[in-house]
Amino acid sequence: MAVSLREYRARIKSTESMKKITRAMELIAASRIIKAQQRAQSAAPYARELTRAVSAVATYSNVDHPLTTEPEDPKRAAILVITSDRGLAGAYSSSVLKEAERLRTRLEDEGKEVDTYISGRKGEAYFRFRNRPIVEAWTGHSDQPNFEVAEAIGHSLIGAFINDEPEARTIQDHGQDREVPPGVDEVHVVFTQFRSMLVQEPRDIRLLPLEVVEGEEMPESDEVLPLYEFEPSPEEVLDGLLPKYVQSRIFFALLQAAASELAARQKAMKSATDNADELIKKYTRTANQARQAGITQEISEIVGGVNALADAQAGSE
Amino acid sequence: MSDDTLHVELVAADRLVWSGEATVVNARTAGGEIGILANHMPVLSLLEAGVIEVETADGETWLAAVDDGFISVAANRVSILASHADLAQDIDAGEARSELERVRGEDDDHRTNAEVRRLEARIRAAERAS
Repeated sequence: MAVSLREYRARIKSTESMKKITRAMELIAASRIIKAQQRAQSAAPYARELTRAVSAVATYSNVDHPLTTEPEDPKRAAILVITSDRGLAGAYSSSVLKEAERLRTRLEDEGKEVDTYISGRKGEAYFRFRNRPIVEAWTGHSDQPNFEVAEAIGHSLIGAFINDEPEARTIQDHGQDREVPPGVDEVHVVFTQFRSMLVQEPRDIRLLPLEVVEGEEMPESDEVLPLYEFEPSPEEVLDGLLPKYVQSRIFFALLQAAASELAARQKAMKSATDNADELIKKYTRTANQARQAGITQEISEIVGGVNALADAQAGSE
Repeated sequence: MSDDTLHVELVAADRLVWSGEATVVNARTAGGEIGILANHMPVLSLLEAGVIEVETADGETWLAAVDDGFISVAANRVSILASHADLAQDIDAGEARSELERVRGEDDDHRTNAEVRRLEARIRAAERAS
């Protein structure tokens, strides 16, 4: 026996305590998924009303807004990648990052330069490790996103989209020089959509320029949109609505990503617990074998010793 | 839906704050204070940070603080949307006041102005409710 019984016992013990941890993480993730889904549900009325209002303005006025105008000859794109803050969630972050890389290659093939924006520590670490530039990163909220984060992200992305400067420049921000990348012509978001507890899909959507999604969540077709009076004016109302619409889409993506992250973590922790179970079984078997081998060896030593003694006595007589 | 009440929904970005039947809704829009009664014409208007006052169908009145958002009125349905909205009874005026002091001390003008307006609305709502 290469390893003694004592060592096997130690291994069983450490695997058992590991199992306790993964089991706890599994249960925590499971209980948080429910909360994350509730949060996604309670954000739905806002998104629904906002979509109604935006389509009302879009239907009854022919307003061109910078956020909805397709730029001619787009040269630069921004990607917002939504990853998790913590690992131990299986392939969750890496599959989002893979999707982001695919999108980046596609955009680059179309001759666009790509700026990266990150949400979540894992994505940030991925880019920093490879020494690739990140324009801005937001971290520390991936499993419980709040609307403030969505607002901040929306503010930055809209700023980058509206900015028409073709060159990077430096501005004064809080007394420090801050590099502002050139304005982008389109903004994409890569996140993981929560389809069910078992299926989460990385997806990319184009956030800007906005296409007001008429099909999604439209009021029932028999309901005619009323002839609204816009105050102060359709342009100004649209001006106020569209950034909020963008923020609400980002918030939606963050909430979906949070639910997906927790589901992925629960799945990963469940299989870790199952593996620990199997390991414990295997170690217990080998430990029993080692114990049995020890006993057999002791018996044969005693028998051998007795025989040797008997032989010696027989010889001396 | 009856003809003399409004169906009101106050929605914040992350939750539905209040919904129910009401007779009067008072809000502050970009164009000034508006009061909405049943059978109001359809309006879509930008909302400024301020206090919403709603008289419910049971004759009670409640107040809420909202920040920038908008209000839409159509077919006796009123939707009030804001990034943040809180009913006055859920607001701690003291806390909002000390927060206001702290924000005023900051030197980031653009952010501070919005924040100050938001907090002032909260304080006003809490004071009027008590």
